[in-house]
Amino acid sequence: MGFSPFPFSQAPLPISFNHSLVLVVDADSSSFYRIAMASTSGEVQQKGKEQVGQDKEQSARTSDKITKPKRKWYPADDEPRKRVHRKKVQKPTKLRASITPGTVLILLSGRFRGRRVIFLKQLASGLLLVTGPYSLNGVPMRRVNQRYVIATRTKVDIQSVEIPAVDDDWFKKNKKKPKTEEMTDTGKTKLPETFIKAQQSLDSQLVPLVKEVPFLKSYLCSRFSLSYGQFPHEMRF
Amino acid sequence: MVFKRFVEVGRVVLVTYGEHRGKLGVIVDVVDQNRVLVDGPQTGLPRHTINFKSLALTPFQVKIQHGSRTGVVRKALEEKKLMEQWKSTLWYKKLCSRENRRKLGDFERFKLMIAKKKKAAMVNGQVKKLKSHS
Repeated sequence: MGFSPFPFSQAPLPISFNHSLVLVVDADSSSFYRIAMASTSGEVQQKGKEQVGQDKEQSARTSDKITKPKRKWYPADDEPRKRVHRKKVQKPTKLRASITPGTVLILLSGRFRGRRVIFLKQLASGLLLVTGPYSLNGVPMRRVNQRYVIATRTKVDIQSVEIPAVDDDWFKKNKKKPKTEEMTDTGKTKLPETFIKAQQSLDSQLVPLVKEVPFLKSYLCSRFSLSYGQFPHEMRF
Repeated sequence: MVFKRFVEVGRVVLVTYGEHRGKLGVIVDVVDQNRVLVDGPQTGLPRHTINFKSLALTPFQVKIQHGSRTGVVRKALEEKKLMEQWKSTLWYKKLCSRENRRKLGDFERFKLMIAKKKKAAMVNGQVKKLKSHS
C-alpha cells in the first residue's frame, strides 16, 4: 500500500458530489494513487460550497508547505519510468588469505577429492591452478574453485619454480578443433603435447622441492580422510 | 572405597567446564550443596561461586580459613608452590598433550600418524619376540 504524506484530514482535494459519497484522491507519488471512498455522513455534508472553497485554499497552503506537487494533474495511466541500466562488472575473485603460492590444499570435490595438492597461482577467472604434482599423486594441472578446497598451513617454497603460462583457455575443451587431439583406441582424446610437456617440466621442478622436506612426499601421496572423533569444524589444518 | 578428596575449604580444584575451563583455583567457601566459592589468583580464575559439577578435585590442599580474601589465598598458594606441584603432575601433562594434539595442523597430524605406526611396529615386534621365546 502507498503511504500518505499527510494525515487524512489534510488530504488534498475532497471533491464533494451530490451523492452521499466523497471521492478523495490522494497522491503520494507521481505514479501511485490512492482512491478512497468515504461516506459524507458528518462534517463534509454540513459544509456548504463556500466552505469547500475555503478548504481548498487551506489545503493548498498546507500542502505547499509540506510537498509541492510537480503538476496540477495526475496522469490516468502509469507512466513508464526509465530504467537505469547498471553495467554488471564482475569483480576479481578474492583469494583467501590462507592460500598463497605453494600452499598445500586438500581437494574436497571432484575426481581427486581428498588429494593433497600444491597451489600454483590464481587464474583470471578466479579459479585456482593446482597440481599434485602429477608424478607423485596423479593430480595434473587443474583448475579448482577455492570453495572446494581446504587450505593447510603447510607451504612449499615454490618461488624458484617457473610456472608454465597457463590460462583458462588451456582447460577449455575445443570440440571444433581436433587437429591436435588424436583419437586413441579407447575413444579418449589425447592430451595436447604442450600440456604434457608443461606438466613434465613443472613436475621436474616441484618434485625435488617436495623431497627436501621429510615426510612431505608421502604426505602429498596420501589421501585426506576423517576418522572417528574427528570433526572438521574443530580441527586445524 | 575410601574417599580421599573432599569438597572443603582450602581444596585445590580444576575448573573443567565453562569459560574458565582449565584454570586452577581454591575453594574458599562452600555455599550450599551444589556450589562453592572459588578463587584462583594465580591462574586468572575470578573469585566467584561455581557449581561443583564443573569442578574436579585435585589431591592438593592449602591451609586457609573459610572466606579468606584473595591476598591470603595467593600467599597460601605461593607458600606451597602449588603451581609447580600442579605442573609436575601427570594430570597436567595429559591436559597439555591433549591441547597440543588439538593444535596440530594437517601435515603434523600425518607425521604423528606415521610416528605412531612406527612405535606400534616396534612394540609389536618386541611382543612377538618375547612370545616366541617363552
